[in-house]
Amino acid sequence: MSWILPPSASTFAGEIDFLYYVILVITGIAFVVVEVGLLVFAIKYRARPGRKAQYIEGSTKAEIIWTAVPAVTLVIIGLMSGGVWNHIKGRNSIPPNAIPYEVHVKQFEWNFTYRGPDGQLGTSDDFIVRNQLHIPVNRPVELQLIAEDVIHSFFVPAFRVKQDAVPGMDIRVWFEATKVGEYEIACAELCGLGHYRMRARVFVHSAEDYQQWLSDRAAAADEE
Amino acid sequence: MATSAVSLEPAAHVEAHELSFLRKYIFSTDHKIIGIQFLLMSFVFLLFGGLMAMMIRWQLGFPERPLPAGQLLPETMAPGGILLPEFYNSLVTMHGTIMVFFAIMPLLVGVFGNYLIPLKLGAPDMAFPRLNMASFWIAFSAGILMMAGFFVEGGHAAAGWTAYAPLSADPEWTGVSGGQQIWLLSIAILGLASIMGALNYITTVVNLRAPGMTWFRMPLSIWALFVTAILVLLAIPILSGAAIMLFFDQTIGTHFFDWTDGGQVILWQHLFWYFGHPEVYILILPAMGMVSDIIANGSRKPVFGYHSMVFALISISFLGWVVWGHHMFQSGMNPTLGMTFMISTMIIAVPSAIKVFNWMGTMWRGNIRFHVPMLHSVGFVAMFVIGGLSGIFMAATPVDIYIHDTYFIVAHIHYVLFGGSLFAIFAAVTYWYPKMFGRMMNSTVGKVHFWLTFLFYNMTFFPMHDLGIAGHMRRIYDPSQYEFLQPLAPLNRFITVSALLLFTVQILFAANFIMSWFKGKKAGENPWEANGLEWTVPSPPPHGNFAKVPTVYRGPYEYSSPLVEEDFLLQTRKLASDVDPAAAGP
Repeated sequence: MSWILPPSASTFAGEIDFLYYVILVITGIAFVVVEVGLLVFAIKYRARPGRKAQYIEGSTKAEIIWTAVPAVTLVIIGLMSGGVWNHIKGRNSIPPNAIPYEVHVKQFEWNFTYRGPDGQLGTSDDFIVRNQLHIPVNRPVELQLIAEDVIHSFFVPAFRVKQDAVPGMDIRVWFEATKVGEYEIACAELCGLGHYRMRARVFVHSAEDYQQWLSDRAAAADEE
Repeated sequence: MATSAVSLEPAAHVEAHELSFLRKYIFSTDHKIIGIQFLLMSFVFLLFGGLMAMMIRWQLGFPERPLPAGQLLPETMAPGGILLPEFYNSLVTMHGTIMVFFAIMPLLVGVFGNYLIPLKLGAPDMAFPRLNMASFWIAFSAGILMMAGFFVEGGHAAAGWTAYAPLSADPEWTGVSGGQQIWLLSIAILGLASIMGALNYITTVVNLRAPGMTWFRMPLSIWALFVTAILVLLAIPILSGAAIMLFFDQTIGTHFFDWTDGGQVILWQHLFWYFGHPEVYILILPAMGMVSDIIANGSRKPVFGYHSMVFALISISFLGWVVWGHHMFQSGMNPTLGMTFMISTMIIAVPSAIKVFNWMGTMWRGNIRFHVPMLHSVGFVAMFVIGGLSGIFMAATPVDIYIHDTYFIVAHIHYVLFGGSLFAIFAAVTYWYPKMFGRMMNSTVGKVHFWLTFLFYNMTFFPMHDLGIAGHMRRIYDPSQYEFLQPLAPLNRFITVSALLLFTVQILFAANFIMSWFKGKKAGENPWEANGLEWTVPSPPPHGNFAKVPTVYRGPYEYSSPLVEEDFLLQTRKLASDVDPAAAGP
């Protein structure tokens, strides 16, 4: 029964996870106060012979306190969240040196377009790999999500990344992986009968391995 | 101060006109009969919605095993008793649709709006009794039409109860065409019924309050139903409009939501959620209002902070119009809207918090009778607060990036709609049952039902928070496709078993409801020693409700008043110190 988040492997996962734990503590306290309060009141003020309830209509002071405390708490959470949101999703927050990819998303697969050896997307040496995203560690990457049929959602739990891909909209998502390894990509928006199996994988390579993989792909492409 | 613009002459109205069975019980214009009709219809849909949930849970808990009695289902749904993925998508769609539109909404708004408003205000009936009758039969027709969708080629709608375009707009993406069209028509027709009801409720509350029943002497149940009716009046037309636009995209070649021809895909989401968020307040406010009445009664104390409670209801209903984008944080809409909707969503948490504290304040220093309605009402508070607190995680947009479209959201929805609304419905049905049927429900069975439901309910839905935190997505036919979800299979099984037990236990409520109708202990006028006007008339009340127009001398929560010996004081009881209100006039 764990409210602990699974391990993460991206730069902004830390910010998101921290915010989550702050909210967990605050809501946890509120939860205990209310539930214990209800239980204590239920027991302490249960009807017994000879007792009477106290005719109390309210208390302006209490109303002010329990309006102000939640309001201030929520404003603080909001302010903390605003900066993080802007950093992750702000349209001007995409790092300028991010490696660009295109992702053509459709029922029920993810087609990743790589910029190829010339380092430019949209040229003839671009290549596509189905359901596999290969990226280097510690480098920001920017994915342009191009949905071809219905709404899908690019979700990498380990990176705390989620972004809907909407047909007709130019949508970008960026992230920077911090650990070498293999991670799963899921579709997080109902997209038809194959939604449950729209799985792909991210391979995070060290810088050298990434170069190796790119040149292996280029060589293989030459042979075809 | 004039409280009634219409002259009330119930005595004259109650002539001995002998109506046929058909006019008295089937095509009745009596708000009480209509309320009971909504009750019976909604219970049937609640059962269907619950059965669908069991099928969904079976697939998630025991995917390899054929559904019990699954061979009864056609090959297009579950060959060999194993659900097909497309049917699973239909099930999650229809479970949500039926529960929201044909169970919870009619139970709260159709049943209690109808039953309570005239009685608790001192009126002989609704302002427009025939419109009222029409509204039930239109809702009923919409329900029949919705069920017909299961029998068409291509199956029923399968794009979620939220019906996002383009998935819902073009049969090419799901193979579903007739089903989605039926869904849209049914929703539009139901919308008509809701709007009619809203008109009736608003007019009745404004115009038909008995002398002395000022706005601030109305019970919170009526305040909540009034505010809800305004939300219905303003929000439902938007859903109807959007549904018609989507229907046209499907059938006559328009392109409202079709990006290839100048349409806007996320326009659907904006329209749907602009309705959808007020809708969720429609689904909770009446519950909050009735729980307030019952907690005051159970605690033998006034509602703590009555005026704050009214203010909170009104604030929630206003703020509810400017938070819809929190359903769309990850939708691709301008990220700046993420900031604005986050702020408004954080603000709307405050009035709900105020209400929770006021309910606790009502119990504090009370002399609490734990009758069955009180048990369910305290249960409501205990679980609604969990639903409310989980909402804060979602309101924080960066955290929402991770939990959007996961089981964390499913947990939240069910804590507010089941832990909240449905428990309030159990409370309200048990509380007003004696007034409706003239008999008490069995209290022992009621208590056993409450405790078992509370236990199995939490065992089913609390772990869903964990699933969400682990990243488990929604609407997924087979989680084992993902390695990161495979370790969650035991938890999914645990949830399924708990859900099956939860569903089974509802037999106690159903049996209690049915048996008490015939064998329950006969109820007097005021079995709960409550203060509202409905407790001054026979159980059940005659057509026309009040033999003569009642006069109201005080608010509805004068429990344990120092003015009298008893720990309750009816709104209509005249004490030596009371003065009659000014005669009704302009």
